[in-house]
Amino acid sequence: MTASPAPASARLLRRALHAPEADRGNALPAGAWWLWALGLATAASRTTNPLLLGLLVGVAGYVVAARRTDAPWARSYGAFVKLGLFVVALRLLFSVFLGSSIPGSHTVFVLPELPLPDWAQGVRIGGRVTAEQLVFSLYEGMKLAALLICVGAANALANPARLLKSLPGALYEAGVAVVVAMTFAPNMVADVVRLRTARRLRGRPTGGVRAVAQIGLPVLEGALERSVAVAASMDARGYGRTAQVPAAVRHTTNVLTLGGLLGVCAGTYGLLAAQGAVYGLPLLLAGLVTAMAGLRLGGRRSVRTRYRPDRWGVRAWLVACSGAVVAAAMIWAGAVDPDAMRPGVVPLTAPVLPLWPAAAVLVGLLPALVAPVPPSSYGTGKPSSYGAGKPSAHGTGKQARIGKEQA
Amino acid sequence: MIRFERVSVRYEGTERPTLSGVDLTVPEGELVLLVGPSGVGKSTLLGTVSGLVPHFTGGLLSGRVTVGGRDTRTHKPRELADLVGTVGQDPLAHFVTDTVEDELAYGMESLGLAPDVMRRRVEETLDLLGLAELRDRPIATLSGGQQQRVAIGSVLTPHPRVLVLDEPTSALDPAAAEEVLAVLQRLVHDLGTTVLMAEHRLERVVQYADQVVLLPAPGAAPVMGPPAEIMKVSPVRPPVAELGLLAGWDPLPLSVRDARRGAGGLRERLADASPPETASVPEPPAPPEAPGEPGKPGMPGAAVPVAAERQRTGRFARLLGRGAGAPAAPVADPVTRVDGLGVRRGRVEALRRVTLTVAPGETVALMGRNGAGKSTLLGALVGMIEPTSGTVRVGGLAPARTDPRAMVRRVGLVPQEPRDLLYADTVAAECAAADRDAGAAEGTCRALVSELLPGVGDDTHPRDLSEGQRLALALALVLTGRPPLLLLDEPTRGLDYAAKARLVGVLRGLAAEGHAIVLATHDVELAAELAHRVVILADGEVVADGPTGRVVVSSPAFAPQTAKILAPQEWLTVSQVRAALEAGA
Repeated sequence: MTASPAPASARLLRRALHAPEADRGNALPAGAWWLWALGLATAASRTTNPLLLGLLVGVAGYVVAARRTDAPWARSYGAFVKLGLFVVALRLLFSVFLGSSIPGSHTVFVLPELPLPDWAQGVRIGGRVTAEQLVFSLYEGMKLAALLICVGAANALANPARLLKSLPGALYEAGVAVVVAMTFAPNMVADVVRLRTARRLRGRPTGGVRAVAQIGLPVLEGALERSVAVAASMDARGYGRTAQVPAAVRHTTNVLTLGGLLGVCAGTYGLLAAQGAVYGLPLLLAGLVTAMAGLRLGGRRSVRTRYRPDRWGVRAWLVACSGAVVAAAMIWAGAVDPDAMRPGVVPLTAPVLPLWPAAAVLVGLLPALVAPVPPSSYGTGKPSSYGAGKPSAHGTGKQARIGKEQA
Repeated sequence: MIRFERVSVRYEGTERPTLSGVDLTVPEGELVLLVGPSGVGKSTLLGTVSGLVPHFTGGLLSGRVTVGGRDTRTHKPRELADLVGTVGQDPLAHFVTDTVEDELAYGMESLGLAPDVMRRRVEETLDLLGLAELRDRPIATLSGGQQQRVAIGSVLTPHPRVLVLDEPTSALDPAAAEEVLAVLQRLVHDLGTTVLMAEHRLERVVQYADQVVLLPAPGAAPVMGPPAEIMKVSPVRPPVAELGLLAGWDPLPLSVRDARRGAGGLRERLADASPPETASVPEPPAPPEAPGEPGKPGMPGAAVPVAAERQRTGRFARLLGRGAGAPAAPVADPVTRVDGLGVRRGRVEALRRVTLTVAPGETVALMGRNGAGKSTLLGALVGMIEPTSGTVRVGGLAPARTDPRAMVRRVGLVPQEPRDLLYADTVAAECAAADRDAGAAEGTCRALVSELLPGVGDDTHPRDLSEGQRLALALALVLTGRPPLLLLDEPTRGLDYAAKARLVGVLRGLAAEGHAIVLATHDVELAAELAHRVVILADGEVVADGPTGRVVVSSPAFAPQTAKILAPQEWLTVSQVRAALEAGA
């Protein structure tokens, strides 16, 4: 009827797609990031095609680069990438020295073989190294590395404290213990630095076994004192207040939780055992449901409420679904076109990039468009006069700072 | 609101009760200040209100403490959490979560308040405490004053009727302390919160108190009364009350404003006298002992003649050195020189173009807000921090490039937490270790300890010493190396007035013996008592450097109370005024 609606709605759509700046109110739930990453990881586990694996790693890396904050946990991504490379190298090294069951005809080089006694039959050290075996281990290593990198991406993007907060109420107290422990590690590092500085002030060398022994005790004492102080603070602020729950409910909770866990164990066993596949799955599911009900009921004891829990909005669903789509597409492709997903090793063939699975992997880039953009960091902006001297890690006030300054 | 009925507390393994005979009633909506020397059980008394004593700390509590009608014997701290908010001495030890907003909500979550109530109260509290811009910040990146406000906010959100604070302003610079006190006053006036607080820095808080509870001695029964009355009998009192007593004002003034109103007469009496000139450094006898000659036994006094001779030869050598164009002998220069010093940490410039010289016998106070770079400057002087640009010379050496063992005899730093310096189980073992570290003769350190810390046995555990005693022990350990330059970082934190007076005496003696002293401090009264010169740092730059009288009197934040009361006359301390009055009489 009119000509204008199309451009207007396009503008609206563009505005809706344009990601807002992240703050407390629109932050993506940690679970959404984990679902996305697990989707990519599932996809990676379904293929050994190095081109697809490379594409998956590229997608994960791009999203991390586009959406990570400068929080301490976000820096762990680099460590995961290094770990992945290490895994690939290790896999190749084992293959070279311990041989492989892959038959191959292209000998690359021959290592001197260690003669082993009869009882060690089937184990080989050294010997012929073929191109097929190397390529096979390279593919397998890359698959593992891609899995690790996907986990690393989730770790870098999701705030671990927020993830623990979404635990069911019954597990809340365990979650708090983990959060407190996490903030203690940086404090202890700061203590070590501070005490090493103090040693220098007394004119003692800061290295050596004696130094470690002399510093160790005060550091442990400090950590203990701090945990007592935090415990006192938590107690005084109402941690561990419980509601009165009738005995019947308590017993039901115990029965449900224990029974559910037993069901999960039996179901898993059934699934893994050769002949239990029939009852395995239903038992597993029933166990899971019972255990969840138990946890839910257990949550009644706790009077806690949650302040501003993360909301599952449209963006969160888009992020989680994009991971699921990638996983589903790869599983489907594995059924339809197994050759492209697992390029042949014997005989050696060059891997090809299957078009549709590759396009599906690109769906995993969606979070880089829709997830809220993290605000520019505090460190690179204009530092506040107060913050100027403070280390970004947790420290015990000024004392920690003297130590940090040396580091 | 809070009732103590014949309360006494005794910890296991102690001979006498820490508190006894406490019979008090704290009325609702009042700000009650708890004062007394160190170690009289102020923290214990505060702990009984929140129930942490004895439920958490152990010990035996007899008598009864009731808060808002709830007996702390039958209610655990968590069951009092909706009624009492507690903030301890170290706000960092108080935090459970990592961001400001979560921290404010934590207590309410534990109490199970409805989400919409929590949201509203967090917003209100952010505004009340001026924390709105910081809501998403990680707590570790906040300044001391901001952290203290977050700690107070985090216990305010459950709307407690009683707030218990242990030394809320001791670690803060004057401006941050004002911030916190303004918030407390607002709570008392606008919300009717009952505040019970212990504080050593009386000059900051006593004017805000409605009532003062004095714990005169360990185990003695407390006295409660209006601030002016209590200050007359208290062993601890701020300079304004001290001056009021000296001048015989009645009623005793507690704020600078009250005192100024009555100070006309005193100003007239003092008009003829002139304040002692602190600008010139008293001619130093000599640096205590030339470095490079370790192990000279004997007390500082005994070393003076030898050292004087040494210094002369030193100067001579320097002249010779210059004349011959030879590189300056490293031992020759007793003066500490910092020239164009810059220190960068990551992208942050902690210090910029700092230039400073400290002569032997001179005492310099470094002041400035938290994070201005005071500790960094001390770190650079002692060699813990490598300068990014510029030079630092202590005794002619670059501290960061010199072996720590050699540096110990040229410069000593007493860190903010003296406990960091102590490793051994007994005082005697610490002393023996210090002698070894500094290459001093056996017994050097022990002699210093006996002088600074009389009456402490050889087998005392350093952990059992009080805050002030520990500081004295650390000071003795550092002085064992007889460093000509002595640095102290925030030495009066946690010290009561008596311990502070002793410290002032000791440091004056050291300066008279020719030690150069640099102290980083927020304590304007200490700076006024001790320093010949004050250097003010802001954002890593020196913004003022001059004689104490001139720098401090002109600054509203850094002026001591005496200076504020008697301005425009340049009196800095009560003891100066007392001396002048006695001379006049």
